Amino acid sequence: MAREGSSTVVGVRRGLVSRVLVYGTLVVIAVTFLMPLVWMVATSLKTAPEASRSTFSLLPTPPSAAVSNAVKNYSDVWNDPTVRFPLYLRNTLIIASLSVIGMTLSSAIVAFGFARLEWRGKKALFAFVLATMMIPFPVVMGPMFLLFSQIGWIGSLKPLWVPAFFANAFNVFMLRQFFMGIPKELDEAARIDGCSSWGIFWRIIVPLSKPALAVVALFHFVFVWNDFLGPLIFLNHQDQFTLALGLQLYQSKAGQTPWNLLMAASTLVIAPVLVVFLLAQGALVKSVATTGIKG
Amino acid sequence: MIHSRAQLKKDLLGWLWVSPWVIGFLAFLAAPMAMSLYYSFTDYPLLEGPVWIGLGNWQRMLTDEVFHAAILRTAWYAILFIPIATAMALVIAALLNEKVKAGGFFQAAVFIPTLVPMAGSAMIWLWMLNGEYGLINQSIHAAFGWAGIEGPNWLQNSKWAMPSILMISLWSIGQMVVVYLAALKEVPDELLEAGALDGMGPIRRFFNITLPMISPVILFNIITLMIGSLQVFAIPYVLSAATPGNDPRAMYFFTSSMYDNAFRYNQMGYASAQAWLQLLITLGLTAIMFAASKKLVHYRA
Repeated sequence: MAREGSSTVVGVRRGLVSRVLVYGTLVVIAVTFLMPLVWMVATSLKTAPEASRSTFSLLPTPPSAAVSNAVKNYSDVWNDPTVRFPLYLRNTLIIASLSVIGMTLSSAIVAFGFARLEWRGKKALFAFVLATMMIPFPVVMGPMFLLFSQIGWIGSLKPLWVPAFFANAFNVFMLRQFFMGIPKELDEAARIDGCSSWGIFWRIIVPLSKPALAVVALFHFVFVWNDFLGPLIFLNHQDQFTLALGLQLYQSKAGQTPWNLLMAASTLVIAPVLVVFLLAQGALVKSVATTGIKG
Repeated sequence: MIHSRAQLKKDLLGWLWVSPWVIGFLAFLAAPMAMSLYYSFTDYPLLEGPVWIGLGNWQRMLTDEVFHAAILRTAWYAILFIPIATAMALVIAALLNEKVKAGGFFQAAVFIPTLVPMAGSAMIWLWMLNGEYGLINQSIHAAFGWAGIEGPNWLQNSKWAMPSILMISLWSIGQMVVVYLAALKEVPDELLEAGALDGMGPIRRFFNITLPMISPVILFNIITLMIGSLQVFAIPYVLSAATPGNDPRAMYFFTSSMYDNAFRYNQMGYASAQAWLQLLITLGLTAIMFAASKKLVHYRA
């Protein structure tokens, strides 16, 4: 250390410069990625003339008006007579809850079959399951619409939640990875005690896999909340719209909707997902990371 | 043979457990795919039943110029988006991998936009990219207005439609950043230290050690991006509906054309042929990517 004192000083300085560069770049990136959301919320706190004025100010003038503006804007959106957000929220919640229950349960059952049981054809079928992940949804959307209209489901919310009860390749894959990490001895011990395979699933695997199941549920919730193409195709009465469709309807209804109200509506639609994410952040990020690698 | 009955019982049990997926596959994937394959050889105006026309739809695709433009636009989108998104995600992940303080905050900042619904995302960017009051053009004006440089009317000008859509898509690369960051953390420190001892600088270490080590993850992500790029729909759909003054074709993509043919023009036969073309292109490109990457991708034993 002492022998090469001068070069260490250079090294430290170079280290400092590169640290500053790293942090500087990261701050710029973080601001860039967050700014659209910050600007959305900021706009929703302004009056209509204020929103359409060239200003970088995040708050209205005077800043204390933010609260009363917010109350007015958000209640205007919520109580809009033609675009009924309360109803769309209800529809979205119905679809989301049924579909999250169905997806989590069915994917866990299928994943159990692949992870914990021995049977002929398992490997080949699993490879096939993975391969189906490549099939683009647009390829099947037309005939699916025809199938659903033939059995009278168009006009109801069923097309958006019933299929969730039949598992999904990606979730099956993720849960299988997780289940395989649980020691097999537990199954064998339970089997000797006279447990059926359902008993093993329900009393051993499910309780031990709560974090993984929560991640599947969360991801599926976010997917359902955000889905646009599915509702666009299968829902053709405005009374059945989801929030994502409602938002688009709100934007297109008059063409003259002021920006502050549009951004209040966007905030209403986006905020619940962000809150759910922030509550579950750690688990979510970790699972994205591991599935991405093993994929 | 003695065990065959027991074995059969086990097999039945296994298939029973995975039956939800099998039934779902048959009902919601295999059947619609078979139907759309059949329809692709028919004229099917929905009000009447399908009528067999052989390769008629496939011939029509060869001469449909609107569709050609949509495919070309989709190809451009994929060609531009995949490398830019991959490079950006890798750079951000590499920065986050520099053992930074508050890394969780930076990671969340990049990840949060991926949770925004496409409809919401389109709405936000409709506002950000507004020609008069949008934050982007305001910023351009504040920075370069003195030199007479002003931002374009992004969404109303068909030349700027593609850059706008790319910008919006790049806003949600956070999931990839998280995946790359995790992959970077798996690269053994000893390898990088050995590289440093051999006199490699940080840039060479990144290209000669890190990149080959994470190449399987990169391949997987590029394939996922490719499959997604071919299906791009919601954002251009909402944007073009929201900007009536615009040339609607500037935001017309492969899936937009399928959607219109199936649900607006009631041409289920033609839409099905397009759908199968999309499937074949997807499978073909995936196969090509796997084959081409054999030499480039490094799998750890």
